[in-house]
Amino acid sequence: MGRITLDKVAKSFGEVNVIPPLDLTIEDGEFVVFVGPSGCGKSTLLRLIAGLEDVSGGQIRIDKVDATHTPPAKRGLAMVFQSYALYPHMSVRKNIAFPMKMANVPQAEQDKRIDYAAKVLNLSDYLDRRPGQLSGGQRQRVAIGRAIVREPAAFLFDEPLSNLDAALRVNMRLEISELHNNLKTTMIYVTHDQVEAMTMADKIVVLQAGVIEQVGSPLELYQTPRNLFVAGFIGSPKMNFFKGADAAGHDAATIGVRPEHLTVSTTEGLWKGTVGVAEHLGSDTFLYVHPETADTVEDTITVRVDGEMALRHGDTVWLTPQDGKTHRFDGAGLRIG
Amino acid sequence: MATQHSRAAARLMNAPAVFVLLVWMLIPLCMTIYFSFMDYRPLRGVADCCVGFENYERFVTSSSFLSSVGTTLLMVGGILAITVIGGVLLALLLDQPIWGQGIVRILVIAPFFVMPTVSALVWKNMFMNPVNGLFAYLWKFFGATPIDWLSELPLFSIIWIVSWQWLPFATLILLTAVQSLSSEQLEAAEMDGASALSRFYYIILPHLGRAITVVILIQTIFLLSIFAEIFVTTNGAFGTRTLTYLVYQRVLESQNIGLGSAGGILAVILANIVAIFLMRIVGKNLDN
Repeated sequence: MGRITLDKVAKSFGEVNVIPPLDLTIEDGEFVVFVGPSGCGKSTLLRLIAGLEDVSGGQIRIDKVDATHTPPAKRGLAMVFQSYALYPHMSVRKNIAFPMKMANVPQAEQDKRIDYAAKVLNLSDYLDRRPGQLSGGQRQRVAIGRAIVREPAAFLFDEPLSNLDAALRVNMRLEISELHNNLKTTMIYVTHDQVEAMTMADKIVVLQAGVIEQVGSPLELYQTPRNLFVAGFIGSPKMNFFKGADAAGHDAATIGVRPEHLTVSTTEGLWKGTVGVAEHLGSDTFLYVHPETADTVEDTITVRVDGEMALRHGDTVWLTPQDGKTHRFDGAGLRIG
Repeated sequence: MATQHSRAAARLMNAPAVFVLLVWMLIPLCMTIYFSFMDYRPLRGVADCCVGFENYERFVTSSSFLSSVGTTLLMVGGILAITVIGGVLLALLLDQPIWGQGIVRILVIAPFFVMPTVSALVWKNMFMNPVNGLFAYLWKFFGATPIDWLSELPLFSIIWIVSWQWLPFATLILLTAVQSLSSEQLEAAEMDGASALSRFYYIILPHLGRAITVVILIQTIFLLSIFAEIFVTTNGAFGTRTLTYLVYQRVLESQNIGLGSAGGILAVILANIVAIFLMRIVGKNLDN
């Protein structure tokens, strides 16, 4: 079981209020991702749950038990650190066995769990090596193995993939998702990468300056962002925002249209512009269009078109938002409708 | 970088330094070996060449030889134990964030800058003197009889004085090692359920292993040749005569240069045996 409830949890470092009181419930077996820009307090929130930082106010309950002042080891949570935090002088086997050794688990049970973890994580051939002799992805797996053998109520991941190269990151992302499907244990995952958040999460918590901007499933956040920040943060490439007359036509202060919801034409349309940079990815092409008439918030409008479309730098194009795909926001940046 | 040409040039430019070093080291060594095979007592006008191993035999069979080797080992071992254990504890203490950290650290390092003779004299006269020393006052304050440190506990007193001098060195090296330990490792261990003591034993101590070997190696090299502290406190009396001090006594007090040189060569051999052992341990530890 691993149901974690945060009740008015707050954290301040001296005068600086990092996290104003916030409420959040994480259901048992959920894969929850905390996402937000650097310094938004997402790692601090994770460390509060882990018990590595003391809360300044509020209550943390794990399975209905008040764990606000429980030391980290007694909370039954396992954490995977950004730097993996493996013990360099111990072999992989001893690294994985360490938490069980501390808990005085019988040797036979230890061996059983190590073998299981090694099999799940493809580490069987490396058990006698030192962490220094492993690649980044293998070290990552050892760190996860050390967490698995504790059979925790919940796993906490603190930006675990940010030290890996792009290809490996995609692999590990899949492996962690698969692990979650197999173990069905609660997982809390912190990242600043919205792609990781979208692909892995059951529930995404978008944070900014310690405040929860929106909680919801990836598609909810994508389809109905609650405010301008979430709209701009979720989705890649970023949503385009228009203000002034363009927005007033929709009875809004700002409207937003995602790059994939703009129709491109070389003959007619709503907004006229010239193609600046065209990024050809093969499957898709991203066009950065400099508009002539549109009242945009940023200098360019990003458009996602089919990879086959032969548009180049300097071409003139017309852009039209697709029906019903326009997001409207009021003067305070909140969603209308 | 390393073309044929530049390598040749590098050898050529290194040559003078290597030559000077060799001369500096080899000439005294060769002369000592030469003297050690002579019956050479300048004050009596004796300088007979080639008495074979007679000097070595006399040095080794004299009753003071074995006891001096024992004293040397006890002294070096005692100082190493105090400085390494004390150094680890002090390093952990100094790693804690405290007010006035900078000044505290400078104060801790200060004893290292005091000359051995001066520090030994300060300890002898200001602390360990049985009449006017601070310890004597302390003992009297609690109603105990003051201890005459240098005649009742002479070996321990010298170990204490030298440890005081070398503790800063050990602390400094160990402190940098403590600071290089990533805090995430300690946090991971904490999450894994390790108590403060287990964290020290399983995480911090292995991390310090390398620094501890370096401290032991460097200190042993210097501690085998302790002289000033013995000279100004006990003059080698009361069982504080180390091998180094014995050689000094043979050369300067007995005025027997041949005998002293033989002792010196033996000391070099013994020191090398110790060094070989230490190097092997260090090598094992540094390989990782």
